[in-house]
Amino acid sequence: MSDKPKLAMYWAASCGGCEISVLNIGDKILVVDEVFDLAFFPCIADFKQSDVEGYPDGYIDVCLFNGAIRTSDNEEMAKLLRKKSKVLVAYGSCAYEGCIPALSNLTSKDATFKTVYLENESIDNPDGVVPLVETHVDEGTLTLPSFYNTVKSLDQVVDVDYYLPGCPPEPHQIWAVLEVVVNALLNGGPLPPAGSIVGAGNVAVCEECPLEKNVKTITRFYRPFEIQPEPGLCLLEQGLVCVGPATRAGCGALCPQVGMGCRGCYGPLDGVEDQGAKMLSAIASIVDVGEATEDEHVLDEKIGAVMDTLADPAGTFYRFSMAHSLLQRVKIDGNGDNGGKVK
Amino acid sequence: MTKITIDPITRLEGHGKIEIFLNEEGDVENTYLQIPELRGFEQFCVGRPAEEMPRITNRICGVCPEAHHMAGTKALDALFQVEPSSAVKKIREMFYMAFYVTDHTTHFYALGGPDFVVGPEAPAAERNILGVIHKVGVEIGKQVIDTRIRNHHVIKVVGGRGVHPVAGIPGGWSKSISEEEREEFKEICQKNVDFALFSLKVFDDIVLANQAYVDLILADTFAHSTYYMGTVDENNHVNFYDGKIRVTDPEGKEFEKYEVKDYADHVAEHVEPWSYLKFPYLKNVGWNGFTDGMDSGVYCCTPLSRLNVSDGMATPKAQEAFEKFYETLGSKKVNGRYQPVHQRLATHWARLVELLYAAERMQELVDDPEITDPNVRPVVTNTPTEGVASVEAPRGTLTHHYWTDENGILTKVNLIVGTTNNNAPITMSVKKAAKTLITKGTVVTEGLLNKVEMAFRNYDPCMSCATHSLPGQMPLEITIRDAEGNEIERLSQYTENSCQ
Repeated sequence: MSDKPKLAMYWAASCGGCEISVLNIGDKILVVDEVFDLAFFPCIADFKQSDVEGYPDGYIDVCLFNGAIRTSDNEEMAKLLRKKSKVLVAYGSCAYEGCIPALSNLTSKDATFKTVYLENESIDNPDGVVPLVETHVDEGTLTLPSFYNTVKSLDQVVDVDYYLPGCPPEPHQIWAVLEVVVNALLNGGPLPPAGSIVGAGNVAVCEECPLEKNVKTITRFYRPFEIQPEPGLCLLEQGLVCVGPATRAGCGALCPQVGMGCRGCYGPLDGVEDQGAKMLSAIASIVDVGEATEDEHVLDEKIGAVMDTLADPAGTFYRFSMAHSLLQRVKIDGNGDNGGKVK
Repeated sequence: MTKITIDPITRLEGHGKIEIFLNEEGDVENTYLQIPELRGFEQFCVGRPAEEMPRITNRICGVCPEAHHMAGTKALDALFQVEPSSAVKKIREMFYMAFYVTDHTTHFYALGGPDFVVGPEAPAAERNILGVIHKVGVEIGKQVIDTRIRNHHVIKVVGGRGVHPVAGIPGGWSKSISEEEREEFKEICQKNVDFALFSLKVFDDIVLANQAYVDLILADTFAHSTYYMGTVDENNHVNFYDGKIRVTDPEGKEFEKYEVKDYADHVAEHVEPWSYLKFPYLKNVGWNGFTDGMDSGVYCCTPLSRLNVSDGMATPKAQEAFEKFYETLGSKKVNGRYQPVHQRLATHWARLVELLYAAERMQELVDDPEITDPNVRPVVTNTPTEGVASVEAPRGTLTHHYWTDENGILTKVNLIVGTTNNNAPITMSVKKAAKTLITKGTVVTEGLLNKVEMAFRNYDPCMSCATHSLPGQMPLEITIRDAEGNEIERLSQYTENSCQ
């Protein structure tokens, strides 16, 4: 292998969209190919875990790790790649904060197995077979990794150097980050401070959203199919849930521009630990509370009444950030099932 | 007993590996395709508002998010009992055709194609998209990249985002198409049709003109006589967006044809303790293990399957390509229908026939002035209860089934995903390839790797979704173990530099 910097990209519990996002940087992928040697990239090349195990520690210059930690396999790979990489990037929402797979933290492993393998509409499983970590078949033994009860973000199992948000990250942002990395590796250019969120802004999505805001208040929420929003106007001010105020900019406010509210895939802003809590306070500020009142109790009631018109606050405000939130997961009752609701 | 582990780090709801067990004589006793991951969408979607499903389930797969988005959106139509306007249907189908063009193109050139265009015996380092470009010229490589870029542009404009679109709503679409956008799409459509025709010519010139390749396609190693499934329109032509599900038997006769909502009367899912992925089969035949033939409920659901179940293609040039496909492969017409082609490697060619159909259909839809109707976002007031819908994902029939309370909050979800349909057939294909290639303890090392891989890859399994990419090789590793389970040899397809 040449002395070019070594690049790795790995997926844990993910969908492959992060790999596609890299491809979508278009012909700049050829620049990546020119600058780096691939050291591990299961999506496009056949380096195996054993190859990585054989590398000296820190051999990989940059590892883009996408996907959440869902199984024992995912965690083992995270630990291995941390050891072998100089710079470990939590790439995309899953690795950064759990993303959609972490909605699973609203339920449990037992409830998941019951639904998937035992009680589904099309299931044929009279013997109640569920996947096992170890199965003895006639010919020998077959193994599977264990399925965790709780989905974790990458930094909940290893130290992470940088976070690149988005589900998936937008191509122009990916390229901007790669340019900085390439400049650092080839020309000794500066790298951002460790722990930084890269490839995104530090203002809210609203700041880059072209929809017009008129500081209007709302008295209730609507579901996306209940009204025809006025084109060109802020969706939240029309009562359609949009998590833009609590979400870091960087995507270019794509969803609101086609009439669909933001769901927060770029995660919280700097200094905000909990995106959902931030969104609750954003909502409090746009609720129509009628006459100005000093009575906090009355105020809470009015906000509560508007919140009651919101279909699924936990699954909406923590759509992408559940694993990383203060909530992280819900408590599980004796049956391992809480109906998918926050208690 | 000797155990061989093929550990591709690939994709479905995650990764996959293959275990091959040899008996005392050194012949293959059995093989297992294991999917070692589950994310559990069917459970964690419970409690979510139904209308969020197109935006949640597209995260099942980042390579085919459009398919989940569309199946989810259509399931909302059914759930809220709202019939989309014809303009809405056209916008959705046009968007979906753009997705098919980019997806099938990527598979042919980056994933499946290298085996044929560069050659199955070519060095592994050449069997990738870069090798394809060397063979057919840089200009073609640029065309492939351009095809991806221009169709992803359509997807982003119409669906809101390049990956994980958001515009599907019950009975509608949140984004209408302007006249300017339509004008731009017209040019894109023409390029797509030209590119699809060109791709079929590449197949002609490089594959069909080479008898060795034709022999390989027709070899028994890669043939399976199973049932086939696909969606057809009212003329029994292939349709990706909507229609009835038609199933044909291994001899080509229609076995059943049903409304999508009745899927659970026709398809059941078998569970094995050694894989997180279920094994669907035809309920009215029954689960009879991983076997071929009339008595096995195993069915296949791929581009080849869709051609096999249909009477033809709905667009003229694709119909010509369809006829040529069957005539060339020696299929005879019985009662006006071609006999099924069982040779799985022909799936690559079938995929190109579908590519041409998608390009032609997209052009028809963009040429239709109704597609710029601005009224595409209806207000829906019906009380939801239950809804089922499906689309043809590139990798098979994709079914979404939702149940909700009266507020539209999900109480139950069932998903049968494209590649899942093919879980049993893929297992069988791998076993057959392994049996042919490993006898009396002789392991054909490179050949085994690539041919097992070819057995696998023609399904374009979503386990390899992301191998839809540069340079697009399915990663495989085989570990050979002796009777005590000790590793005696490890074979890997690549050397360290092979992906340069």
